[in-house]
Amino acid sequence: MRPAVRDAVLSALIALGLFAPMVGLVLSNGEQGLELHGRPLAAAVVVALVFFGRLGMHLWTHRPGHEARTIRKSLKVPAGTSKFLAPALLAAAVLLPLTGSRYYVDLGTLVLTYVMLGWGLNIVVGLAGLLDLGYVAFYAVGAYSYALLAETFGLGFWTCLPLAGILAAFAGILLGFPVLRLRGDYLAIVTLAFGEIIRVVLINWVELTHGPNGITDIPRPTLFGLRFSMDDGDDTVAGFFGIEAETIQRVIFLYYVILALALLTNWVTLRLRRMPLGRAWEALREDEIACKSLGINVTNTKLTAFATGALFGGFAGAFFATRQAFISPESFTFIESATVLAIVVLGGLGSQLGVALAALVMVGGLEMLRDLLSTIGEQMGSELFSGLAGELPTYRMLIFGLALVVMMVLRPRGLVSGRTPTARL
Amino acid sequence: MIYGLIAVGYTMVYGIIGMINFAHGDIFMVGAFLSLIALLALAGLGITSIPIALALTLLFAAGLAALYGWTVERVAYRPLRGSFRLAPLISAIGMSIVLQNFVQVSQGARVKPMTALIPGGWELMNQDGFTVQLSWMQIAIVATTLIVLTIFTWLVTKTPLGRTMRACEQDLKMAGLLGIDTDRTISLTFVIGAALAAVAGLLFLLYYGVIDFFIGFLAGVKAFTAAVLGGIGSLPGAVLGGLLIGLIEVFWSAYFSVEYKDVAAFAILILVLIFRPTGILGRAEVEKV
Repeated sequence: MRPAVRDAVLSALIALGLFAPMVGLVLSNGEQGLELHGRPLAAAVVVALVFFGRLGMHLWTHRPGHEARTIRKSLKVPAGTSKFLAPALLAAAVLLPLTGSRYYVDLGTLVLTYVMLGWGLNIVVGLAGLLDLGYVAFYAVGAYSYALLAETFGLGFWTCLPLAGILAAFAGILLGFPVLRLRGDYLAIVTLAFGEIIRVVLINWVELTHGPNGITDIPRPTLFGLRFSMDDGDDTVAGFFGIEAETIQRVIFLYYVILALALLTNWVTLRLRRMPLGRAWEALREDEIACKSLGINVTNTKLTAFATGALFGGFAGAFFATRQAFISPESFTFIESATVLAIVVLGGLGSQLGVALAALVMVGGLEMLRDLLSTIGEQMGSELFSGLAGELPTYRMLIFGLALVVMMVLRPRGLVSGRTPTARL
Repeated sequence: MIYGLIAVGYTMVYGIIGMINFAHGDIFMVGAFLSLIALLALAGLGITSIPIALALTLLFAAGLAALYGWTVERVAYRPLRGSFRLAPLISAIGMSIVLQNFVQVSQGARVKPMTALIPGGWELMNQDGFTVQLSWMQIAIVATTLIVLTIFTWLVTKTPLGRTMRACEQDLKMAGLLGIDTDRTISLTFVIGAALAAVAGLLFLLYYGVIDFFIGFLAGVKAFTAAVLGGIGSLPGAVLGGLLIGLIEVFWSAYFSVEYKDVAAFAILILVLIFRPTGILGRAEVEKV
């Protein structure tokens, strides 16, 4: 008990040093320049949290009959769980639009976009073990390819989708060539730099991309040539089927498009994993030198991983462009890459189901939590809850970052460990 | 010069444990914020003498940033020693996001402007109305950097701590076997690196007068470029690389376009990594199986 208290006091002192100036004192832009305000209560709360947290942790790990290593033990998912969980999730995803709630369908579309991005990045990071911090670049390439092709040549979504994917894949190969010889950490930095370069170019190449203003009026996708529109023309979906035109039809259609795209990604990945190429990726992740010794062409293997990942990033980008009908460089910051990476890491590098679950929790869960809090706030008329709801988006990235650290420290293999090589001798 | 100071921190950590401390740029940013807070607080306390206020701020910011560096190492990296290769890197990215957003949440997202503390300068030449001026601020930056780096070099080459650090850099396991507390040495490396970053933060604040929670990201990447350019793991190389990156950026902005100056820095990083991964002063790395 005593060492625990001593340690907790020590942690609290450190926390005091860390947080007293940063939380306890606030800089605010006042009338004449900067002003400094005290906020002792917030700092005290944070320090107290650290103290009791540390104390609680000690009491927990040293409670009778408890061994410290159980924390590290992997949470065993029963073998059958993934067998029925995956179809259950799929069924839920397919049936979701039946609720008819626009809110849920929109949220579902958002989650699925991230699921798709996660699965795409999973090929690069999870399977081939190449840490890519610039994945958003391919997303941007896909989105801008579609937007520009549609704007300049008047091409439709379905023509542009493969083109956007192919262009993104080329970008992947372009990036892949120079970085082939680099080790993990250098690779991460270079991909990060690449992502930033793409963004800076998008902002500054005003003649092509309209710079920071972005591209507006990107056409929506069509269903076999039928438009989703409110006028009752013969070439609209509503007019063709003779039903009432509603906006929700388009929302649901978009939802099914992204669902199909995500499932395509998943299917391709699962098939590739069983092919020699997928096996080579996994071997590359485990040991590059051994791979070389066994005569695997490391260059081609890495390039295909980059290209395949980028391809799906491009698809997702084109979808993003058509859903938003507006894109600007603002949507393609490093934060986006970090979010997708956080999803892949949390899902357990290499696990398809894990990525889907992580996207659901990280994107959908937070969104739901915010709404829940604001509803509670409205109902109880309490300032605290609605205030929390308003603040939550600000804390979102903080939570993401913490999740990354905690995840690596406690369970580096992810929530659902799928890292075991698929091939066994 | 500022890049050089940050780059030293990268290079040191990389030399010892072979990982890129992604959060280093954000420690720099935290250092800049701490300096600003300290300056305002000191002004509030009535200390108006600029040299004294600056010295106190320097100590305060360096000390607290060192504490941040220590905590980051303790929380995010130490438990991962011996884990698979990508784990510390991902954890570092997480830490970097945490620091950025922590500052954003606690200090607000708006940029913080500050009036210049050391105005004026030293006129080098005056011709036809054109004045070439070296501001006191620039002189102060160069002087501070040189002093700090001298102290630091002495620390690494002459003291027992420096000896253990170099030992750990050469062979971590062997150093451990010979009775060096490697965990402590690594912690101290982070502490020193963070203190240097805080000094850089203070200089940045004084020179540019504007900071926000996002400065750490770009500065971090550029400092890393500097470290790679100079040869990662080499301390003089980091300073040299910092100088070169700064010069390249300035000349690029002057002769080509300001908008693409970040692209220039990144392009250099990629080119160096492709053609000379060991940098200018680095030594070749042999990968053992």
